[in-house]
Amino acid sequence: MRVLFAALLAVATAIALAFLFLPIAAIFLRVPPGDLFGALGHGVARDALLVSIKTSAIAHVAVLLIGTPAAYLLARRRFRGRGVVLTLIELPLVLPPAVAGIALLAAFGRTGLLGGELDALGIQIPFTQAAVVLAVAFVESPFYFRGAIAAFEAVDGTLVDAARTLGAGPARVFLRVALPLAAGGLGAASALALARGLGEFGATIIFAGSLQGVTQTLPLAIYAQFEQDFDTALAISALFIVVGALLLVTLKLYGWLRFASIFRSRFEPSISS
Amino acid sequence: MASLRVDLSLPLRAFDLELALEAGPETVALVGPSGAGKTSLLRAIAGLSRPARGTVSCADDVWFDSPSGINRRPEERSVGFVFQEYALFPHLSVEQNVTFGGGRADGLLRRLRIEHLARTKPSELSGGERQRVALARALARGPRVLLLDEPMAALDPHTRGKVRAELHDLLRELALPALLVTHDFEDAAALADRVGVLVDGRLRQIGTPAELLGSPADPFVAEFAGANVLDGIAESGPDGLTRFHLDAERVVYSTDEARGRAALVVYPWDVSLARVAADDSALNHLGGEIVSLVQVGNRVRVRLPFLTAEITAASAERLALRPGEAVVASFKATQARLLPAD
Repeated sequence: MRVLFAALLAVATAIALAFLFLPIAAIFLRVPPGDLFGALGHGVARDALLVSIKTSAIAHVAVLLIGTPAAYLLARRRFRGRGVVLTLIELPLVLPPAVAGIALLAAFGRTGLLGGELDALGIQIPFTQAAVVLAVAFVESPFYFRGAIAAFEAVDGTLVDAARTLGAGPARVFLRVALPLAAGGLGAASALALARGLGEFGATIIFAGSLQGVTQTLPLAIYAQFEQDFDTALAISALFIVVGALLLVTLKLYGWLRFASIFRSRFEPSISS
Repeated sequence: MASLRVDLSLPLRAFDLELALEAGPETVALVGPSGAGKTSLLRAIAGLSRPARGTVSCADDVWFDSPSGINRRPEERSVGFVFQEYALFPHLSVEQNVTFGGGRADGLLRRLRIEHLARTKPSELSGGERQRVALARALARGPRVLLLDEPMAALDPHTRGKVRAELHDLLRELALPALLVTHDFEDAAALADRVGVLVDGRLRQIGTPAELLGSPADPFVAEFAGANVLDGIAESGPDGLTRFHLDAERVVYSTDEARGRAALVVYPWDVSLARVAADDSALNHLGGEIVSLVQVGNRVRVRLPFLTAEITAASAERLALRPGEAVVASFKATQARLLPAD
């Protein structure tokens, strides 16, 4: 019985690992790495890479600049309806991205909620690069929010109190105490959000379309290419895997460094006495 | 001279903290069980929580006054706060911690003998060093009032005595109104000019350590000051003494007067131990088997079923006391205080 159970566990693990790793390995086995990255140098892939980098960068900076102070406020203040606000922030996480695209159209489309106002100002958002930025920001910001609020909540309130009794006003407390102490969690949330934003597909294709060189991001280019030029689709996919792996390694490395520093301070409490 | 005046009411979870206190350039310790409102009081003085009503002022500087609606922010009150567990900024070096609120660090670091640690991070410091950094940080802006929340609690017993002596000297030298919160009466008695006993948000008694020990206001204060508190029935006895019945068999005598239910207070250091009841001037002899022996420095606390005696380690050695052995505890009727029962 024991042997049988142990074998069962081993088989289940082997299947799970094979299932997860095989497709990823297949991408790199199908075409040699040199050719894969060569395919990124021209045409559709290069255009998509530029669109992705530009829109993701703008969206991500906006999410960080607006999301960080907002997360700080939501983490520190206790007010009626806070739970509702926090739940609403997480709603996009459980929405299918296509729904997010429709929602963005309903808000910013020509016949949408703000369509008239935007039209009067001569601003057209759908099917422009601005639409890609909005779609990416909409889909990635809950990931950042969630992590950032948790990071700020984890900052010891006594340290904030201590800073205040030392004469620090709210802005100084934020910049010199809360921000540096939450930096690790903010970095992790930022990496997660960035990865989610780079991979954004459903909301973008509905709200921004898939116009090469304008709104066609890398995931959209994979979709557009996989029937015409499978090698290019493979190359872009390989690029994603590399970027994803780098983000993951950064996160793990950070977690490990943090653990190591906690470990040091716990078990070597004193170097001088 | 700057003096701190506090008269406030602050609603807490289980009760309201109601307290009036005035402190000149002296150290006032607030002792009491945990949850008595000690930390809440310090936070209210620092502006970290808002009392329902009352006033907090330092000399002619009003920090809080409910009638006129004054409530200055913590950063606008000249307070040095040493937090429980010290609350040092973990991402800043010792020097950066100390200069966080402005001012220069070198003089204070030298005064507290931590200048060699200026570039060290708090996680690498020992408990005693952390306490000194917290003190330096609290003093760096030249506060008019110093608030210390359990400054000794995070220290191991080994360093406690030394750190206590240093803190005592520092507080004397500063001559600031200093409020020190502790749950340890010994720390309070060693550090403070006056000690206040806070229970359930009320000040039961405030006075010099000697006053609290000599005439505790109630059995709780006595117990907190380290006394044995024994319940029983008092009645008038021979020669103007009070006879005090602990139970049906055991009787002791006191020179204090009391009738009916009362509490007898005797300090452990006033109780002597012997193998057999000595024929001496002490009127009170209580026999019992030793429950435990705990050595504290050069003294030994001997716990008996009824009370605890504190004798020198040398005496304990000479009597060869062991747990389970029968001994007789003796104390004089003049050392047995009687207080109305709680």
